[in-house]
Amino acid sequence: MTSPLEQKKIKIAGPSIVTANRTWDGIVVYRTATKSWSADLSEAAIVRNSDEAKALLAESVADDVGAIGPYIAPVQVGADGKIEPGNLREQIRRTGVTIGQSAQA
Amino acid sequence: MYAYDEIDRTLVNERVSEFRDQVKRRLSGELTEDEFKILRLQNGVYLQLHAYMFRVAIPYGTLATNQLRALAHVARKYDRGYGHFTTRQNIQFNWIKLAELPDALEDLAKVGIHAMQTSGNNMRNVTSDQWAGVAPGEIEDPRIWSELIRQHTTLHPEFSFLPRKFKIAITASDHDRAAIKIHDIGLRLIKNEKGETGFEVLVGGGLGRTPFIAKTIKHFVHGRDILSYIEAILRVYNQYGRRDNIYKARIKILVHELGIEKFSREVEEEWQHIRNSSLQIDDEVIEDIRSRFTYPSYEKLPLMPDELRQAAADPDFEAWRKNSVAPHKVQGYSIVTISLKPIGAPPGDATAEQMDALADLADKYSFGEIRVGHEQNLALPHVAKRDLPALWKALDKLGLATPNVNLITDIIACPGLDYCSLANARSIPIAQELTRRFANHELANLIGRLHINISGCINACGHHHVGHIGILGVEKNGEEVYQITIGGRADENATLGTLIGPGVKFDEVADVIEDVVEAYLALRERPEELFMDTVKRLGVEPFKERVYATR
Ligand code: HEM
Ligand code: SF4
Repeated sequence: MTSPLEQKKIKIAGPSIVTANRTWDGIVVYRTATKSWSADLSEAAIVRNSDEAKALLAESVADDVGAIGPYIAPVQVGADGKIEPGNLREQIRRTGVTIGQSAQA
Repeated sequence: MYAYDEIDRTLVNERVSEFRDQVKRRLSGELTEDEFKILRLQNGVYLQLHAYMFRVAIPYGTLATNQLRALAHVARKYDRGYGHFTTRQNIQFNWIKLAELPDALEDLAKVGIHAMQTSGNNMRNVTSDQWAGVAPGEIEDPRIWSELIRQHTTLHPEFSFLPRKFKIAITASDHDRAAIKIHDIGLRLIKNEKGETGFEVLVGGGLGRTPFIAKTIKHFVHGRDILSYIEAILRVYNQYGRRDNIYKARIKILVHELGIEKFSREVEEEWQHIRNSSLQIDDEVIEDIRSRFTYPSYEKLPLMPDELRQAAADPDFEAWRKNSVAPHKVQGYSIVTISLKPIGAPPGDATAEQMDALADLADKYSFGEIRVGHEQNLALPHVAKRDLPALWKALDKLGLATPNVNLITDIIACPGLDYCSLANARSIPIAQELTRRFANHELANLIGRLHINISGCINACGHHHVGHIGILGVEKNGEEVYQITIGGRADENATLGTLIGPGVKFDEVADVIEDVVEAYLALRERPEELFMDTVKRLGVEPFKERVYATR
């Protein structure tokens, strides 16, 4: 995965969302359509073209007390409207490490 | 052990209350993330995939038991019950909440632990041999000099805003356990013909995108001149270093571009201006630092106590003793390495329970001292040989007696895509799978000394360039792909590994490594010929053939 932190141009290839980490505790959050943040991917606002993506990102960046490091990430939307992460990085951010949190624990 | 003085303690406490205030202002929105970022980085706080990550320094890898217990406490109270020991004598906590960080810092400050110089473009934690002060044949305890440099450079304005981060490592033994050749400055303590103590100075080592092995810039610098000499290097670096391009800002690039001859001439010239200044170190200063490193009052003990003779009948004990116990400079004592690489587990992780239990064992058997090494393992530096059997039993119960130190399952791996926001690919699951493949102790022993290093991106936190086998994760069309190098090493004969061929997929890595190892077993001249020696003798071709013939 090329780190999205190097994201410069905004160009999206399919349905996308904005994700970030919540400021006070750092957990993964998604920008919602109601201009807030949710830890639940199913509540994320979906954008489908660059203008929408730009607008959602700008609004997210502005809410710097809520969450930090926002960026656009790809998702897949199923026929039933179910949202799934669009790549391995986002999959790991959503479901956690793939190693058992600490295999010794 | 080292006793911090009042100045250090005041400084650490001031930093904690300063940070508490900054966090408060951040959470209220008074500070933006842009403004706050540099402040949090100065306190060791990064943002990772799932949460904030908090990095704590363990200067020259020496920990007292109350400090280890404080780390266990932080893991338990503010994190998810474990910590991760890194390759630079640091520990990282992966799930810390920003709002609770000031409390965690305060709890650590009570035992003299802090997170200064663990990030940012400054002088980082000066690392040293984890066997410092106890290794037989050492010139003198290198931590005395690490501490001198630490005191001189901590928060020194000239060293706080360097073009890029700056790392120094010191060793005082023939065998380099501090990987000095991959540091910006590497120092090897030596004696000259007159018997005076000084340093061979190496400069310009580093891994990452453009790896370089450090070159010797001066064969002998007298101990009293070491600060002025380092300062001269830093001044030349500050003057020429590329601040315009983050990838070219490290001193290794400067040394490479100027050439070591020109670079050393510039340093020499600068040094002549400042060597007879206040930077010259008085003997009393060194004596003062030396006096603050205390050593246990060792007993007079026999070379071969009865307890050890009896335990030798137990093959499991013997396997562990032969693997993890090393000679000590004092007769009757040993240095015990604690493997943090159990089969199937993430390399370098320790749970709060393990840390607490280890602190108890260190109190009982190692004069209350623990060491942290760059291989992501721990050590108990002063264990009486008669106590080895009892210690082994206790460690085994804790899952801390895997007899795999320096063997193929003693893998160094960075956090990779499971934690790290910069990652291209996962590292830890690769390490876990490899330890399962080579879990058989007889097999691992038959293979002998073999270091595997894994990084999840080109930043090379897992030192893949200098692994006997190096594995680098990259990304290709949205998939994890791994490049494999062989023949690297990180010790006194440091070399960069050579790529054996095209990258392989996540699922294939362990098979390929098995092929490389089988090739080695077939190609080695005798069982004593180590993997890296076979690669040196034959080059990579025969390995390449073997691995790619059937792929
Ligand atoms: C997960 C959080 C981490 C992040 C974001 C991170 C980031 C980085 C970056 C960006 C560099 C390259 C800097 C440069 O070349 O100028 C670097 C270097 C390094 N990191 Fe990490 N790292 C992390 C964790 C670790 C861990 C867990 C270890 C030890 C296992 C480690 C050990 C190192 C070392 C030894 C280097 C120096 C390599 C060299 O000489 O260039 N890092 N890190
Ligand atoms: S090597 Fe890359 S992936 Fe691994 S910890 Fe360093 S920055 Fe992260």
